[in-house]
Amino acid sequence: MRKTTDESTVAEIAATNESEERFPSLAEKQWQETILAPSLEKSPEKPIGAASGVNLDEHGNARFTTISGLPIRRLYTPADLPQDWSVEKYLGFPGQPPFTRGIHPTGYRGKLYTMRQFSGFASPEETNKRYKYLLEHGGSGLSVAFDLPTLMGYDSDHPASEGEVGKCGVAIDSLEDMEILFRGIDLANTTVSMTINSPASVLWAMYLVVAEKQGADWNKISGTIQNDILKEYIAQKEYIYPPAPSMRLVVDTFEFGSRYTPRFNTISISGYHIREAGSTALQELAFTVYDGVEYVEWALRRGLKIDEFGPRLSFFFNAHNDFFEEIAKYRAARKLWYQLTKDRFHAKNQRTWLMRFHTQTAGVSLTAQQPMNNIARVALQAMAAVLGGTQSLHTDAYDEALALPTEQAAGIALRTQQIIAYESGVTQTVDPLGGSYFLEHLTLEMEKGAIDYFGKLDAMGGMVKAIERGYPQKEIAEASYQYQRAVEAKEKIIVGANRFTVEEESPHTLYIDESVAQHQTAKLKELRARRSNEEVQRTLDALKKAAAQEPRAGTDGHVSAANTMPYIVAAARAYATVGEICQALKEVYGIYTELSIT
Amino acid sequence: MAAEEKIRVLVAKPGLDGHDRGAKVISRALRDAGMEVIYTGLRQTAEMIVTAALQEDVHVIGLSILSGAHNAIVPRVMDLLKQNKMDDVLVVLGGIIPDQDIENLKKIGVSAIFQPGTSMDSIVQFIRANVKPRGVPAAG
Repeated sequence: MRKTTDESTVAEIAATNESEERFPSLAEKQWQETILAPSLEKSPEKPIGAASGVNLDEHGNARFTTISGLPIRRLYTPADLPQDWSVEKYLGFPGQPPFTRGIHPTGYRGKLYTMRQFSGFASPEETNKRYKYLLEHGGSGLSVAFDLPTLMGYDSDHPASEGEVGKCGVAIDSLEDMEILFRGIDLANTTVSMTINSPASVLWAMYLVVAEKQGADWNKISGTIQNDILKEYIAQKEYIYPPAPSMRLVVDTFEFGSRYTPRFNTISISGYHIREAGSTALQELAFTVYDGVEYVEWALRRGLKIDEFGPRLSFFFNAHNDFFEEIAKYRAARKLWYQLTKDRFHAKNQRTWLMRFHTQTAGVSLTAQQPMNNIARVALQAMAAVLGGTQSLHTDAYDEALALPTEQAAGIALRTQQIIAYESGVTQTVDPLGGSYFLEHLTLEMEKGAIDYFGKLDAMGGMVKAIERGYPQKEIAEASYQYQRAVEAKEKIIVGANRFTVEEESPHTLYIDESVAQHQTAKLKELRARRSNEEVQRTLDALKKAAAQEPRAGTDGHVSAANTMPYIVAAARAYATVGEICQALKEVYGIYTELSIT
Repeated sequence: MAAEEKIRVLVAKPGLDGHDRGAKVISRALRDAGMEVIYTGLRQTAEMIVTAALQEDVHVIGLSILSGAHNAIVPRVMDLLKQNKMDDVLVVLGGIIPDQDIENLKKIGVSAIFQPGTSMDSIVQFIRANVKPRGVPAAG
């Protein structure tokens, strides 16, 4: 029996749904009696994986479940849809509410998804070369992976950065590094996504200054900053300041973006990391969409208008192994966001209703054993994302359980996307799985389960409050442990890791040594000698002053007088470093330490 | 060590990385296996880890590092353990550790390195088999 917490678990929710009355047709009943029963008599069903734990129901019968533990029926028929189910009432058409079938009436027929490979390692010089490689080979957008010191707001020469510089992404210390990163890449015509959260406004400011120096118009450039601090507290844990000032910084970027960069997504509300931390598909869906609700609530409290910032909110989901569960998740997400923006927030602008999202295949699903098998895993996951209607996609490289990808592995990952787009045929028709009894049932189950979570989160007073009491963290930790237990009991099979294993040699991987830290440190020293340190200090003092004030929404199209973004842009222009700007904000806001939960 | 004495493990997450799924899952698995587990939480320096190990009088330190910072952090932990005469503490390391770093990490005293895909059970078994007896049994 699965351990339960005081809040009901996903498995329990699923079990309740499963026991709901079902009204099969006469024909289905006849099939059950004349065809199915004798067949079961002769050859009983066997779930994939060991006959224990999640694979057995309370009577000890074989049970089939999704990777998240949701029970799966033998067959889905019209009896698995609500009795009042109709296309008009539940599904609609593509580009039409509730957008289950997609946000574009023509799907991918007018425009393929953007092939946006997340990449960054070592120095900005090295990463710039990798970007050019990806663009030359048909990548259609860029996505910057920063190293941990940058993500945590430390310069490369800070003691806390020791051993971490350039390891998990590219090291960016100042505007100078950002200039090197995009040297020779035309930012007026390339969409760039940046995975940066706590210091998002700082890196975004540097990016905007580089774009401006290249002569690009802020009104026209497009791209995305991740800027999703809530999922940091929930899952990835790269936070700096406490929740309230962090949310204020996020709302500052919404306000600034609506005014100055109307085509830039100022947030990518991310379930990806929630899933990587071990959540179920349903938890990923529910917590992510509800994070969206929390951001909207905070922005409305500032006085911003939903239909001004709403269209710039974007989302980011994981693509895990369970093919249909993932597709159902994306379809339910679009519907939920439409319902929330329209009914809860009374948005009138259709663009506010549309959930646009990026997808990345599940890093956590990759195995270090027989790593080439990951190419097949990634292809299936990516296919699910495409069938779910993603706007952009990152496919993981096969060697990512071992290290950052080599150029060869990154190349195959991009080719995998191209094979799906150009060879498989799945992009030729809109939502090709729409109307499948199984998928529509699963989509509705996802929607119901998420609404159940929304109720709990509302009752706690919103996501920030829920985070402070450790609720989503505990839910995820529980799911993560149960899954690991199921893997070890071989109830869930991972090919090459717990079944079909072999002895093998490790492949060649990318190795990053400490020379990057030395190189960055030397550049910082030169920069600090060359720039006007008085100007840096002046801009940092002005930023601190603004950060200490309570912002109020501006009138006449101006941003709040205390909006931090213009001050951060000024500091970036003066070549203040990431560490210096974050330190200035830490002096005003303090730092956050989480309650440890295991 | 005495059969009735619980194995005490400090699970620590040094460096800047916040990916704590592994550290949390292992903490829970060790606890379910009857060990006493103290999880430090995130962003611990080598000094904080060794101080906690000393105060908590642990038999085992489990370090979780996925970011590539192990070559900077682990030697410092091992040095501090030596300075504090805590050579009897079993040190194990889990995470994304490239093969080429393993030999050196073992040379400086790390007893085992658990790379991705290691089962929770094999970690439990390893700790049980290798935890070192104490000169003076821990009180309580």
